[in-house]
Amino acid sequence: MSLTAPLESHPPRHARSSAVRQGAALTGVLALWGLGYWSISPAAEWLTTSVAGLSRHEPLGAAVEFFLFEVPKVLLLLTLVAFVVGVIRSFFTPERTRRVLAGRRETTGSILAALLGVVTPFCSCSAVPLFIGFVTTGVPLGVTFSFLVSAPMVNEVALALLFALFGWRVAALYAGTGLSIAIVAGLVIGRLRLESWVEPWVYGVSAAGPIPADESLRWTQRIAAGREAVREIVSMVWPYVVAGIAVGAGIHGYVPQDFMASFMGRDVWWSVPLAVLIGIPIYSNAAAIVPIVQALLGKGAALGTVLAFMMAVIALSLPEMVILRKVLSVRLIAAFVGVVGTGILLVGYLFNLVL
Amino acid sequence: MEIKVLGPGCANCKRLFQEAERAVAQSGVAATLTKVESMGEIVSFGILRTPGLVIDGKVVASGRIPLAPEIVTMITSAAAKA
Repeated sequence: MSLTAPLESHPPRHARSSAVRQGAALTGVLALWGLGYWSISPAAEWLTTSVAGLSRHEPLGAAVEFFLFEVPKVLLLLTLVAFVVGVIRSFFTPERTRRVLAGRRETTGSILAALLGVVTPFCSCSAVPLFIGFVTTGVPLGVTFSFLVSAPMVNEVALALLFALFGWRVAALYAGTGLSIAIVAGLVIGRLRLESWVEPWVYGVSAAGPIPADESLRWTQRIAAGREAVREIVSMVWPYVVAGIAVGAGIHGYVPQDFMASFMGRDVWWSVPLAVLIGIPIYSNAAAIVPIVQALLGKGAALGTVLAFMMAVIALSLPEMVILRKVLSVRLIAAFVGVVGTGILLVGYLFNLVL
Repeated sequence: MEIKVLGPGCANCKRLFQEAERAVAQSGVAATLTKVESMGEIVSFGILRTPGLVIDGKVVASGRIPLAPEIVTMITSAAAKA
């Protein structure tokens, strides 16, 4: 059964001209976006200094300018990223991912699963049906876990924001280490043979129904998917982003320079475990964490510690653990948190040492 | 016609339910609309992403929120087949 609404079929002439119109509209929107984006910095400065009469060297002025600069910037970036993500995701569905992963050997399976986790759409609320759907159709437990780790953590929105704010090196580092953690976690859990720690009723679920056939979408449908992704992602995420930026603004304005170095810096050996421990119970959206990361880095926190914090927040979220409790025993959840947490710890230390 | 909205109770599932309600009213087709929140039953439909929309036992959408106009189209085409 097709999972997308069937579009009316147009005669070729109409299809071509509507595609041209769509392309023109898209270009126009992108141009507007660019104009808006590059006028944010001067606008934020002008609003803070001339209109509100604050000095950017004072804490309040610095915080306000940070806020006024970051909110439109991150929201605009988010809109662009969400659109691109929506289009990319139209090429990858969980159903297709499952088909690719079913019955794979553990090593190749874990690698594939981690990679697919990056581009396959995933929301915490779908963790349970996805887990059951994978596990009951022949995807090994370890491979499923690789997917479950990489999908929320190596999140395209987070990657794109990291790239936009810190450059391709940081983004590539985050992606590379995130994938490695996902792969290794999946391999370890697979090797430990923890299938008995899955809630018993899960394996009793009959792998239901025929798997829907692959639909190949037209570009107009893919662009529509992009627009819908913008609507979904931005409307879900923007309160978190504003809150995250407010926190970041507070840090930026009021925390003394290099304060973060004292307990998030490289010379403090316990900064990484502390960051991970703080990060685990916090649930935040990838988009909201990035402004906080930026503010922390600006105040002297070490890159490794901050990345570890970000990973801990996104990948190990308490709400998701609660949701997964329906299908995983507490022991398995603890194993999951332990393995991933250790990986994040190692990554944090590694970066603090190397960079 | 039996329409079911599958979802454990998150915001997306509630929205889909609202859109489905609107669609049923707009379509004028006699249909019972129920929300399925029990994970066991949701999973038995084989969907991988919530929320899910089921018309007369067949999954017509999963992992997204079709808006009321689209659901009306699904309802009327299902009614035509019946």
